[in-house]
Amino acid sequence: MAIFADKNNKVLVQGATGHQGVFHIGAMLEFGTNVVAGVTPGKGGQEVHGVPIFNNVFEGVSQTGANTSLVLVPARFAKDAIFEALDAGLKTIVVITENIPFQDAMEFVHYAKYKDAVLIGPNSPGIASSGKTKIGILPGQIFKEGDVGVASRSGTLTYEIVNSLTEKGIGQSTCVGLGGDPIIGTTFIDALDAFEKDKETKAVVLVGEIGGTAEEEAAEHIKENISKPVFAFIAGRTAPPGKRMGHAGAIIARGKGTAESKIKAFEKADVKLARFPTDIADLVEKYS
Amino acid sequence: MKLFEYQGKELFDKYGISVPNGRLVNNEKDFSGLNYPFVLKAQVPIGGRGKAGGIKSVENLNDGKDKLSQIMGMDIRGFTVRKVLAEEKVDIKKELYLSITLDRSKRMPLIMASDEGGMDIESVPDEKIFKEWVNPLIGIQSFHIRGIVSKLKLDKDEGKGVAGVISKIYKLFRDYDCELVEINPLIISKDGSVMALDSKVNINDDAMYRHPDIVPEHVDLTPLEKDAKEKGIAFIQLDGNIGVIANGAGLTMATLDALTNYEGKGGVFLDLGGTDDPEKVKQAFELMKKAKPKVIFLNLFGGITRCDTVAKGVKEVISKEGIDCPVITRIKGCNEDIAKDILKDAGLITGTTLQDAAQKSSDLAR
Repeated sequence: MAIFADKNNKVLVQGATGHQGVFHIGAMLEFGTNVVAGVTPGKGGQEVHGVPIFNNVFEGVSQTGANTSLVLVPARFAKDAIFEALDAGLKTIVVITENIPFQDAMEFVHYAKYKDAVLIGPNSPGIASSGKTKIGILPGQIFKEGDVGVASRSGTLTYEIVNSLTEKGIGQSTCVGLGGDPIIGTTFIDALDAFEKDKETKAVVLVGEIGGTAEEEAAEHIKENISKPVFAFIAGRTAPPGKRMGHAGAIIARGKGTAESKIKAFEKADVKLARFPTDIADLVEKYS
Repeated sequence: MKLFEYQGKELFDKYGISVPNGRLVNNEKDFSGLNYPFVLKAQVPIGGRGKAGGIKSVENLNDGKDKLSQIMGMDIRGFTVRKVLAEEKVDIKKELYLSITLDRSKRMPLIMASDEGGMDIESVPDEKIFKEWVNPLIGIQSFHIRGIVSKLKLDKDEGKGVAGVISKIYKLFRDYDCELVEINPLIISKDGSVMALDSKVNINDDAMYRHPDIVPEHVDLTPLEKDAKEKGIAFIQLDGNIGVIANGAGLTMATLDALTNYEGKGGVFLDLGGTDDPEKVKQAFELMKKAKPKVIFLNLFGGITRCDTVAKGVKEVISKEGIDCPVITRIKGCNEDIAKDILKDAGLITGTTLQDAAQKSSDLAR
């Protein structure tokens, strides 16, 4: 088993014919992902690495039975692309696009909920279940099959940590990049619940960063609901205080959001914290 | 992007929210047509200007001339005052607090209001701040507004006025891709009108392309940071001497954190993001050179970014323009072997692990 993505995901790539689309369709096929369709308006009839390209999502879905979308379109067109994917009935949407205006994200995150779809991102590196599938832009060579689940708010920092696990011989069940934006579809809590249910996952690694209160909320959730061991790394311990969003930001945060606050919250929930990203692997080896 | 108070009030005016009669003033000639007494307010992108002497009451022309010359050019927590707003005084009956911001956890706009508006809103206890969340799929409805207004201690007419302001700032928040619209204080005047005495409006940088009528000023950035912003590079100046270039905000932050374990201190945070465009890499290195760090630490992990393309860009800058400080590199991920060869060829020092490279950078920066 794995969470959110496995062999059953038939992937349609939105923004398939651009430089990144072509590169990553190739990389996903190499990983073993079942990429069945690409969509670029006006480019229907072409092929990318043998994958047929369609003019719109509805066509792609009816011709190929795709059930998942990987969104690589530029930020300005992302909202439209995601609404189209949701209306075409896709139930897993992975949004790689960064710099999407957050009010657009707010709308498609709520629409995905209404459509009962899992939306990962935006500004996510994607999701990889070792030995099964990779939907996104994560570098395939860093993964190894195993029983540690990884959920992260960061992109490259996730690769760093997964790579160090793999170098230690510790494999992963699923690694999900939740995305670095203020508004994201799938949260630490969603990922923790899924890992808790997943029989293949024995331990969970969370990669957090300063800003927002997602880590504090995850820590509260772990205390009551998660029985598997959880490990964490928080980036931004030495970052200068972030720009506050006026008084309103301070009122919501009420002192939360800093690295200290997140570290304290995790310690209270008995989560083991690493000092270097690459130390996570040592901790997992020691306590699992 | 944070707007100045006067820019926020221009938007309020556009949306039909009353603001005091006023204008930007450069000299005493600009006072004509304003009724005394009025208030001079320094336009700076941070709070606490009142306590810093950036707000002064004016009784007559000469008084105004003196006080304007005191405020114009003054330094408020690192920001030089270049714009001053003059506003007629209003007789205040009640001071309220009103804002709309983004609740990241609920992923919805959050409306907050309190009877206890004014200077010390951050110390007002939670139970005296009334909140309503608006699902963006349904937008603001009357029940949201009633939910707030009914809790504020207002008479019927005042309540009507405040309800109007709430629906107007929600529209403004959505139309202009705001992260924050805050009015503190929102006042009820002695003659019963509802008026915004201050404004804080932040617009989402990623949505600025939809708002060509807002001229970006980026007043809260250093000159190099401003330069970087125009080039689309995430670049923040810090008080250490090691220039960190990494890809992804998380990895860049983690790299800065790693340095402190070896008593190194970051002087620049430069996040290349997902780019491997050689032109962007070149611009990033040029910016970094201008910041004059003692050591540059390049930490790359390739996903969407291909390490070899970045390395090519780095090699090109260094071979063409030279660089007068040591560059420590550490490369992992997509096409890392090709990248390592290119960087070795360019004569750069490569670290084996993050710890190794962080230690080498910190040692060289001492």
